[in-house]
Amino acid sequence: MRNSSRTARRASEIRLIATEVAAHSGQAYIGQALGTADILACVHEIGLTRPGDRFVLSPGHYGLALYAANAHLYDRDELMTYGLDGSEFEQSPLEGLPGVEITGGSLGQGLSQAAGMAIGQRIKGIPGTIFCLLSDGEIQEGQIWEAMLTIGHHKLANLCVIVDRNGIQVDGRTEEVIDLEPLADKFRAFGFETVEVDGHDLSRLESAVEAALSGASGRASAIICDTVIGKGVPAFETYPYPHYVNAEGEVWDEALRHLRAVAPEG
Amino acid sequence: MPDGDVRLSNFTRTLIELGETDERVVVLAGDLARYVEVLPFAARFPDRFLNLGVAEANIIGIASGLAKTGFRPIVATYGVFIARRAYDQVAMALTTGPTPVTLVGVLPGITCRFRATHQPVEDMALMASLPGMAVIDPADDKEMTAALIGGVAADHPTFIRALRGDRADVPGTRRAGASPLDPVEFGDEGSSVGLVSTGLGTDWAMEAAKILRGRGHGVRHLHVPRIKPFDTATVAKFCRRFAHVVTVENHIAHGGLFAAVASIVAQSGMGTRVTPCAIPDEWPPSGTVEFIRGEIGLDAASIAAAAERGL
Repeated sequence: MRNSSRTARRASEIRLIATEVAAHSGQAYIGQALGTADILACVHEIGLTRPGDRFVLSPGHYGLALYAANAHLYDRDELMTYGLDGSEFEQSPLEGLPGVEITGGSLGQGLSQAAGMAIGQRIKGIPGTIFCLLSDGEIQEGQIWEAMLTIGHHKLANLCVIVDRNGIQVDGRTEEVIDLEPLADKFRAFGFETVEVDGHDLSRLESAVEAALSGASGRASAIICDTVIGKGVPAFETYPYPHYVNAEGEVWDEALRHLRAVAPEG
Repeated sequence: MPDGDVRLSNFTRTLIELGETDERVVVLAGDLARYVEVLPFAARFPDRFLNLGVAEANIIGIASGLAKTGFRPIVATYGVFIARRAYDQVAMALTTGPTPVTLVGVLPGITCRFRATHQPVEDMALMASLPGMAVIDPADDKEMTAALIGGVAADHPTFIRALRGDRADVPGTRRAGASPLDPVEFGDEGSSVGLVSTGLGTDWAMEAAKILRGRGHGVRHLHVPRIKPFDTATVAKFCRRFAHVVTVENHIAHGGLFAAVASIVAQSGMGTRVTPCAIPDEWPPSGTVEFIRGEIGLDAASIAAAAERGL
């Protein structure tokens, strides 16, 4: 059920936990965690309520976002070892940790696995929706399009793709590296019920997730989320190389002060 | 396809039997369903068969997702496309978990006439290099059946090389309780020629043994279906009895049977010389298996000659 204030609190919590964890080592994929905090809050609050609802993270380096969204599952001291030698909380995790359904670090592999789960649950009659988060850059991988063909062909109404359309990849703007547009038209052409939303507008996000959960269209859903990498921390929204942040302690201190100051009550 | 329309191969019969006894079994094909003999399974279990088209990377991902919802997928397509086209997907989506998916690589080694494109001469090396991946090169129907049953029962991925059609039993008798995938020894006791082989290489080694016997040499033979995990103790015990051992395989010398045998022999310090009869480090020519064997020194006469050189 929709509850934007609860989702807002969850998003704030994800941002704060991710930043606390990242600050510990001083370097992290914090931009992606902050940029998808609203998406993950929404999916976790209203999307993942039944045993058959699952979340597949395709870009493994977004692991910090997933850890922060699932922080209640982990020992906090262990979580603080993120990215350090020998830590279970790797910057790009292998499957096996609670909440980490697949090994996603080699890009473009998550959607096929999400589709396999959706087919499997459909065969078994298990109610639930498989959510799969893609980064926009990884859509350049050919396997994504193979998976999209399969999903369209099998009309997997129990699958929802969410694209973090932040426009950034390692070597620059996606449109400068390899143009993805018109992305929504491409998803529509492959048979997805597709919406484009502001990835920080919780109300729009919740509506899109609810529509995907209903499966009313009889087809798979795609939610293309226009996001700002580093969203919620001014220093990271304007960071010169936002794909990976390696910053001094004072930058992290300021980020944490800011996030605590703007956190919703309760 | 109703029963009786065609005589099903052992592979196909085994798939159907697995489908009947284990609801977790699903079969995935990649637009080669008719050529890899899975259509009778599809007809029997339409809800547990997926033809995913010409898209091997995706097939491996789908198989992984199905396994993660409790199924035991069997992917059947040409070995080249599993081992080469989808290597990263096999590595990440199957071995990191690990995730129990059985991969059936049809047309191993030089059994297809399409030069390079359809000849997985290095598939065992690639698959055996991945942590936790089991690799089997069956030579007969019993071994193929055991490999499939074992793959479905395992908690890790398994790669099985698959020859088309029915296969006559490999000679020799395993001890009571042994798996058909354990090594089996046969041939002449007390002989000075030792052959170690796997898969189709065992047929070739037996052809060579016939030539050798015709020239008055006894031949003792160790057939090893499972390349990984490799039965190092049995192979070492066998090799220790000979001054010279010849390995025979439908695969390159790197990362396959020869590499496994040579590694054990070297580590043991036993001093046995090991000669590979394997696909050389160049793309084999196009043609029938018999033609290719003659061109690359894997015909019976060449294998026999390699064994005689060690006497």
